[in-house]
Amino acid sequence: MENPSASAVLARLAGLLPASRFMKGPAQLAAYESDGLTAFHVRPIAVVVPETQEEVIKLVRFCHAEKLPFVARGSGTSLSGGSLPVHGGIVITLNRLNRITKLDPKQRIAVVEPGVINTHVTNAAAPYGLLYAPDPSSQTICTIGGNVAFNSGGAHCLKYGMTSNHVLGLKAVLATGEVVEFGGLSREQIGPDWTGLFVGNEGLFGIALEITVQLLPKPEKFHTVLAGYRTQEQAGDAVSAIVASGLLPGAIEIMDALALEAATAAVHADYPPGCEAVLIVELEGPREVVEADRIRLDAILAASNPVETRPAKDANERLLIWKGRKSAFSAVGRLSPDFIVQDGVVPRARLGEALRKIGEWSREMGLRCANVFHAGDGNLHPLILYNGTQPGQLELAEKLAGRILRMCIEMGGSITGEHGVGVEKRDYMPDMFTADELDCMKRLRAAFDPLEIANPGKMFPQAGAPALTQHGLHPLEKAGVISRE
Amino acid sequence: MTTKTEATLNPTSIGELADAVRSAPRIVVTGAGTKPRLAPTSGNFTRLCTSQLRGIVEYDPSEFTFTALAGTPVRDIVAALGEKGQNLPFDPLLVEAGATLGGTVSAGLSGPGRFRFGGLRDFILGVRFVDGTGRLLRMGGKVVKNAAGFDLPKFFVGSVGRFGALGEITFKVFPRPLTTRTLRLAAKDVTAMAEIFATAGNSRWEIDALEASPAEGQVYARLAGPGEALEVIAREVLGRLPGAVLADAEAAALWRRVGNLGWAHDGGTLIKIALTPSELPGFTVLAAGVSGARTWIGAGGNVAWLSLPDGATLPALRWPALTLRGSAPLWCGTAPRFEVMRGVKTALDPQNRFPGLDE
Repeated sequence: MENPSASAVLARLAGLLPASRFMKGPAQLAAYESDGLTAFHVRPIAVVVPETQEEVIKLVRFCHAEKLPFVARGSGTSLSGGSLPVHGGIVITLNRLNRITKLDPKQRIAVVEPGVINTHVTNAAAPYGLLYAPDPSSQTICTIGGNVAFNSGGAHCLKYGMTSNHVLGLKAVLATGEVVEFGGLSREQIGPDWTGLFVGNEGLFGIALEITVQLLPKPEKFHTVLAGYRTQEQAGDAVSAIVASGLLPGAIEIMDALALEAATAAVHADYPPGCEAVLIVELEGPREVVEADRIRLDAILAASNPVETRPAKDANERLLIWKGRKSAFSAVGRLSPDFIVQDGVVPRARLGEALRKIGEWSREMGLRCANVFHAGDGNLHPLILYNGTQPGQLELAEKLAGRILRMCIEMGGSITGEHGVGVEKRDYMPDMFTADELDCMKRLRAAFDPLEIANPGKMFPQAGAPALTQHGLHPLEKAGVISRE
Repeated sequence: MTTKTEATLNPTSIGELADAVRSAPRIVVTGAGTKPRLAPTSGNFTRLCTSQLRGIVEYDPSEFTFTALAGTPVRDIVAALGEKGQNLPFDPLLVEAGATLGGTVSAGLSGPGRFRFGGLRDFILGVRFVDGTGRLLRMGGKVVKNAAGFDLPKFFVGSVGRFGALGEITFKVFPRPLTTRTLRLAAKDVTAMAEIFATAGNSRWEIDALEASPAEGQVYARLAGPGEALEVIAREVLGRLPGAVLADAEAAALWRRVGNLGWAHDGGTLIKIALTPSELPGFTVLAAGVSGARTWIGAGGNVAWLSLPDGATLPALRWPALTLRGSAPLWCGTAPRFEVMRGVKTALDPQNRFPGLDE
């Protein structure tokens, strides 16, 4: 703390919580400098650890009165730098607000605090045969509060939608200190969808204190097939045929050769040899429906000229298929010291063209690029491999990432399907939205946060950029706990 | 070009829509007029009608998306999707009456199919709209997955034209199920109904729609999927819950009546209420206290409809509620108001060109 008035603010802040839940030592703060976007580091001036909703409200009102910037943080898994601290600001960690305050199996809803871990909701619902559908790959560690802030996705978005489609209502403290309650326990709402507006605000509106989510009955049966193809085109054509058939699979995923190589090395996944692409399709529902749909799917796949198709014979084989798929990201870390992952979206029909371009550009720029993507909804996940110890490599990788994002916009898609804009993609917002549109969004932000103290520096292009440093694997990534998608 | 009849603006393109909005200090947007209460009944407004702002702009079945102008009758969209074996799974209401896509979004109305995959809010992807300053803006996207920027498309669902004039809307669609089966399940009272909702909703059956008529003492459950599978599931449902499978013609007539709100009074007051199945007994007691009141329960007990004959007195509603027709207040139940709501109105409509939220 350099300046005396800031020290005085910190001293007053320290008075709001017991000493054990107020951190300002460099060693303590270091753990909060980055999130899942490890290239960026900013040290906050303090980290506070509220345990109740009342404490969060008190802290936000303090920040508002003092014009002190704050960043709310759950488990810090954001891939877009969404929970990157702000210079001169504090971090409010919400992990201790981790109570499931209500679970009503008849109405099929749960009311949870923001620090509840995504899978803990499904675990709590499981005894009643219910689940919480949104399943980002970091679901064993990411929090519902973070999912709400960034409208997180997962592998089942085409059929089930994103986080926003499962949030029925919420209570939040806005950056002005106002406490609001939007929506409610009903699955239907009346009036403007304030809940829908709040979800995906990237922390710019305030902090969700309590979130009502809908639960769905767990599908009775799954049918998961892995099909290998000689070319990416063939895999893409198979997806088109599935979509055209009128089937609505829960998930349709494609992994390319480099991703397959990585998964094989990492978890000893076994794929049909000689394949340039592997397609994973999953049907789900009542057993009779899955059986009938399966006959249609088998016929489509048989006609798609695969090298081999391997239906999962039991739950264990299904898990193995998904393990290979979900490990692809951290597995790529074994092939390369560093990588960048993007989550741009293109119209599904242009996936083949997008992949060809990515391939051409990466060859031209001398970078390797692995592709794993949600083929059903056109959500790409190119993993650009590079070696950060070689001068200029990071910049080159960023340049390729930028070309891919601009391609997504030119094709009529989006710069982000599920990771959010955050710090990482804020400079691309003007490519996707006009000045008037960005101005409209800024005006909206000002309605919730006129002082611009809630997670400033995210979503909107900024003059000053935080220090970009060497990418590297997140510690949890190295441990295989999370992966970047 | 924009024509002006009886002081009504009738833009025929998005550009004309922006000009029309800028042309008058106070504007109220209307569509086919199937939900007349949504337009304010007082105040000095110039009417802007979207009936000429119609047409499907883009529809690529392989993308599972379409984009249409706000004044497009939903009927046209349903027909175009049907030709390609697709649909809007939330079953938009008042389609036969001529409801427009923009009006359906503004009213935030979803039909029986919202039970399985969600309501209109879960299928809207993007909008082009004119804000209160007359700027034409695009928010959201045209692909099925997008997380860039604030989710204004969702916000417009149910916002009754108070924050901007919708010009063009993009939706996600789904393949239409191969077949459907409708079951009639007996429910002697609303408590029994709520039990059926819970049992059916938590089952392995993946019920497609779950509606109920308190007057008829019946719950209507629709199954959707491959025919051979539905035969087996229907038998299992009827093994647990007493009832019968409706003949195809009977089922078609039922869903048509539900979609047209044909059970309600022709005139009178029509109100949509959001609640939970456990609140249904309270709702029916309240409705029973009004002479001539008719009710319908939708989306597995999360929506209650109340239709009152002309002249009936509206009871005090303890739930959020919206009046679609009749003279009751627009928000005729609980409507919590927060300071930020005024701020958002100012952000999108600083000169208060469109009606206020409570106007």
